[in-house]
Amino acid sequence: MLFDKWFPDNISTFGGEIDSTFYLIFYIVGFWFLLTEGAIIYFAFRYRRRKGYQASHLRGETLKQTAWILIPGLIVFLLDLGIDFAGGHAYNKVKFDKPPSDTKVQVMAKQFDWIYTYPGPDKEFGTEDDMKLEPGDKNHGLHVPINRVVTVILQSEDVIHSFFVPVLRLKQDIIPGREIPVWFEATKEGNYEIACAELCGFSHHTMRSILFVHSEDGYTKWEEKQRLADEAF
Amino acid sequence: MTDHNVSEDEFQEELKLSFWYRYIFSVDHKTIAKQYLFLGLTMAVVGGFLAYLMRSQLAWPGKPVFGWPVNEGYIDSPHYNALVTMHGTIMVFFVAMPILIGAFGNFLIPLMIGAPDMAFPRLNMMSFWTMFLATLVMIASFFVPGGAASAGWTGYVPLSADPIYTGVNWGLNFWILGLALEFVSVLMGGVNFLTTAITMRAPGMTLFRLPLMIWMQLSAAILFMLSVGPTIAAAVLLLLDRIVGTGFYDPGQGGDPLLWQHLFWFFGHPEVYVILLPAFGILLEILPVFSRKPIFAYHIIIYSTIIAGFLSFFVWAHHMFVSGMDPRLSLPFSITTILISVPFAIIIFAMIITLWRGSLHFSTAMLFTLGTLTTFILGGVTGIFNGSPAVDIYIHDTYFVVAHFHYTLFPSSIFATFAGIYFWFPKMFGRMMDETLGKIHFWMSFIFFNLTFLPMFALGMGGHMRRIADLSRYDFLKPLQPTHQFITVAAIVMGIGQIPFIVNFFRSLFAGELAEYNPWRANTLEWVTISPPPHGNFETIPTVYHGPYDYSLPEIEEDWLPQNQPIEESLLSTLKGKV
Repeated sequence: MLFDKWFPDNISTFGGEIDSTFYLIFYIVGFWFLLTEGAIIYFAFRYRRRKGYQASHLRGETLKQTAWILIPGLIVFLLDLGIDFAGGHAYNKVKFDKPPSDTKVQVMAKQFDWIYTYPGPDKEFGTEDDMKLEPGDKNHGLHVPINRVVTVILQSEDVIHSFFVPVLRLKQDIIPGREIPVWFEATKEGNYEIACAELCGFSHHTMRSILFVHSEDGYTKWEEKQRLADEAF
Repeated sequence: MTDHNVSEDEFQEELKLSFWYRYIFSVDHKTIAKQYLFLGLTMAVVGGFLAYLMRSQLAWPGKPVFGWPVNEGYIDSPHYNALVTMHGTIMVFFVAMPILIGAFGNFLIPLMIGAPDMAFPRLNMMSFWTMFLATLVMIASFFVPGGAASAGWTGYVPLSADPIYTGVNWGLNFWILGLALEFVSVLMGGVNFLTTAITMRAPGMTLFRLPLMIWMQLSAAILFMLSVGPTIAAAVLLLLDRIVGTGFYDPGQGGDPLLWQHLFWFFGHPEVYVILLPAFGILLEILPVFSRKPIFAYHIIIYSTIIAGFLSFFVWAHHMFVSGMDPRLSLPFSITTILISVPFAIIIFAMIITLWRGSLHFSTAMLFTLGTLTTFILGGVTGIFNGSPAVDIYIHDTYFVVAHFHYTLFPSSIFATFAGIYFWFPKMFGRMMDETLGKIHFWMSFIFFNLTFLPMFALGMGGHMRRIADLSRYDFLKPLQPTHQFITVAAIVMGIGQIPFIVNFFRSLFAGELAEYNPWRANTLEWVTISPPPHGNFETIPTVYHGPYDYSLPEIEEDWLPQNQPIEESLLSTLKGKV
């Protein structure tokens, strides 16, 4: 598609709908952009002042004349509604039609790093087999299995941060004092970057983290290794 | 009061006013307007300099920046964040508003309605000096320990609510105080504008014979007055949190960080229209003069403005789609956001059709007018991307937003300002500006503005976050470094392109060709009096016989018809309600 080179890869199940909403908007506003700018450029040339040519006294007060701006106005309105509905569908998918998920991670943001808490094989937080990955730990980051719905529970220790994973088309501001859940399903293995997307202080630009998307086996292996490392510690 | 005019005796008295009362503590709206203009233009240089510093750090991270006076030229990230914050704050509140409202509003309202001055000349003077004090407080904030505010021009909490989070203490307190004083200044001005326009119009100047600039200024004044209250409250709460230790925004004390966002954006959104409407007013005055045609659909433009103004109070949370507010709010706010694009689209269409079948003269004022229109259209359509909650999930807080708001704010606050200056300079200062320098200024500004900000859309689509002091930490941003360098070079050249304007402005001020009373053959009342107008504006208050845009009436030999020129009886019946 047109902007494939500019957008990062999409490895998220709902990312495609977000991208296609972007393209829908692009083609619609692109049409209006070309129409209006084209008209201005054409009129600028066609109606530049020349000897013997008098401007027409057109006031735009009759319906016949104002139709030229009211009807396009109506079309703008209808197209905008279309955009709202199409985008609404994508938005609902992300915010409301959350699929069932038993893979959860707690992400605590703070000035200026991230702390990940995994519930371990028993999938319960607050139990013996919980694992915590703190800044400086080996393989510090968000570990998830491929093709599984993951719920991330976002918290902040201090100021507003924002959890942004470009390849997932996922962004959510994190408010201190609240727990905000987000979900995603990654469709491709690999390591991807996570960024903080809300100005959070003088080292905001260093709040980089990594999303590790493992194969199913790889994830189990990592979980095992991590649990052992935690226990040993 | 409406026929108060200064007599010859009083006029001579005025000439004996001391320097202080004539230029510094003047109560003449025209002098006050010029004070606002000079203040705003000076702060534009300051704001632009801050942008240059930021752009240098972005293009060549970690390298010393020429002109940065501390730390041997290295701009570290706490300072970078302060630069970002103060650049935005200064441009919005200390450049756009003083110039568009303080300068153009003050200068034009009494002249265009046929009044000798504002209703409250001393209040007018006070509004300027309050703005001046606000500016001093803002500048002082750079020099206090801890430096200037660094929580963004949006000042989100808790980052801004506790000095421990930013390391900035008095700088942020001054930021709040400076803004509060600025609000007071604009409120004083708004009261003056409304009272003057409602009570002091010349005989025959009915509401629907008012130039569109007046409608725009009045709408902006009302928008500001109705929307600023919650933000003043928010600022008071913030100051209390910071100084007294209350917890309005601290969840640990039962407060809510989102409260600030709602209170801020409830004002923040109407605020952008407070800036846009006077800018549109400038375009709407210049287009008919240099097309020799009426503005198309005068009444519809007024109704669209009123509708847009009303709607602007119901869109604010489109800045908060990703904020953590209840996602169910996204639907109603995206609907209102989509609705508000319609009246503005209609106004843009009307401006474009004004050109159709006109006789277009590309003076510098007209070039900047068309430059404003063309760049604003791109800014406006890119707003649709941001207004869709689904797309906003991805582009929120990226350079896409930065590009969008520069493509709207920059044309309205800078290009329209230039258009207005080139247009009204003869009236303001009694001299003509140089057109050749003007055209150089236009093309340098227009071309390099687009080269600076167009690439930012691509940066945003790549996921490049905002307010990042150094992008080298992220692998996915590293390939974008050359784009940043391109943008910075373009921005610097755009800055250099302002030199022809500065030279032109000051040279014309002292040695420009003397201006006649109506160099552009325009219809509105400010052109009826001499350039510059004397104290009291008009020798006798004019009487108005028709609307402001009666250009190229086929029944009349001239292609213009000043508002105070009566029409012959015989001709009046032919024109049959046209005027």
